[in-house]
Amino acid sequence: MALLQINEVEKSFETANGKVKALEKIQLDVKKGEFITVIGPSGCGKSTLLKIVAGLDTEHEGSVLLDNRKVTGPSIEKGFIFQEPRLFPWLTVEKNIAANLPVNIKETKESVKQLIELVRLKGFENAYPKELSGGMAQRVAIARALLRNPKVLLLDEPFGALDAFTRSHMQEVLLDIWQKNRTTMLFVTHDIDEAIYLATRVVIMNPRPGTIREVIPVDLSYPRKKTDVSFQEIRQRVLSEFEKVEEQQATGAIQ
Amino acid sequence: MSNQTGVLTRSGVERTGQSVKETAVKRQRKRWPLSNWVRGLALPVLVILIWEAAGAYGLISATLLPRPSEILVAFKDLMVSGELFAHLKISLFRAVLGFLLGGGLGLLAGLAVGFSSKTEQTLDPTLQMMRTIPSLAVIPLFILWFGFGELSKILLISKAAFFPLYVNAFLGIRGVDSKLFDVAKVLQFSKWKQITTLILPAALPNILLGLRLSLGAAWLALVAAELMGSSEGIGYLIMDARQFSQTSIVFVGIIIFAVFGKASDSLVRYFEKRLLKWRDSFIG
Repeated sequence: MALLQINEVEKSFETANGKVKALEKIQLDVKKGEFITVIGPSGCGKSTLLKIVAGLDTEHEGSVLLDNRKVTGPSIEKGFIFQEPRLFPWLTVEKNIAANLPVNIKETKESVKQLIELVRLKGFENAYPKELSGGMAQRVAIARALLRNPKVLLLDEPFGALDAFTRSHMQEVLLDIWQKNRTTMLFVTHDIDEAIYLATRVVIMNPRPGTIREVIPVDLSYPRKKTDVSFQEIRQRVLSEFEKVEEQQATGAIQ
Repeated sequence: MSNQTGVLTRSGVERTGQSVKETAVKRQRKRWPLSNWVRGLALPVLVILIWEAAGAYGLISATLLPRPSEILVAFKDLMVSGELFAHLKISLFRAVLGFLLGGGLGLLAGLAVGFSSKTEQTLDPTLQMMRTIPSLAVIPLFILWFGFGELSKILLISKAAFFPLYVNAFLGIRGVDSKLFDVAKVLQFSKWKQITTLILPAALPNILLGLRLSLGAAWLALVAAELMGSSEGIGYLIMDARQFSQTSIVFVGIIIFAVFGKASDSLVRYFEKRLLKWRDSFIG
């Protein structure tokens, strides 16, 4: 039984030139403990899909089921990591992670402490967000979501604004978390290497209207090496799918 | 890969080192080293010296501009007789009470209007209209209604202190980043938590600014209220001394106003520094 079921999800926006379909017949089942990455060109509706799964966008056709219950709004069961860390600037790292939970209760304090170690921020408990680098701030955001024991963690291009070194470090941290906690991940990105490096399955999306083009399983053991032949083979496959998308776009534009 | 991690840890260490250095710099700035004091005091000290010298050589009239030493003597005499303290007490009483009444109501109204657009539609147009009425224009009305007693003075100060806090509290609440509201939604904040951990801290910089402006406005209104007619207070001291051409006492009164105005402003700034240390702003 799938943990997360996305059934026939469709979404359209009203614009000045009439209705524009952003998502069409999205069908996807995610099993517990899977690491799914969603990749596609900009404007393919991958972030919209993630917002729908999170319950932040409820005006759509079709349904999203989490543990067989329909998603009707945002909740802590679906941890959400935005493109920016979105920390509360007036709270320290420790208090940002706790946020609305009282930090003086022993269990909360203990779990916050463990999470700070998990996201490798020991020694920064009392730092304010302004004192953190971009990668550190995003790790605080991840810890904040994990404290609520989400059934699924939804990540919307979380490392998009980071430099290459920090980005690969963050990928390590995230894989570490996934292997230790077995949290189901749904990760949106536009970076092909990142998508293949992390995922158990890569979902490739088509733009205008957003549809799922292909789901490619990545049967490589962790830790993966981006230079391995098997990694490069999968990369070629994803790239050739992308080229087809572009061709299709070009002919579509001519028509 | 191991090589890469090595690089990463090293850059991580560097980053930590840098932030330690940064906090050290900030701490040094907070301490205000002696040279800063010297720089701040140089100009007033120079002016006082020239002034004293010019007075001593008879270059300026003693009735129009008494020497600093004469002002100091007048100050000492007023202190010894206890007159100054009595006047100061009543002035402070008026200012504090007026500020608490006007500022408190302004804060409450600003929060109410900020939190609800219905309240905004009901209250804001009327309040904005009243805001534009100059305090001096309502003085005759206040005297007619409430007489020359304490009530008219305190209400005049309240009116002045109301608006800066009202406008800024309102502005602060409406200025909260909507992206953080999404976070509050995803983390399932209760309404109460949303107010206490998101809206109020985010609005605090504006509220504190409103507080400073309100204090300043209360102080100005106090002077206007006391000059319009009273039998005690620092404003009265100034008016009374003017009638007898005791210019040095006029100066004492003015200096008292300046000192207390600055002191109250510094107090709020102190709280600003402590409460808003999370802010990442340009320090010059």
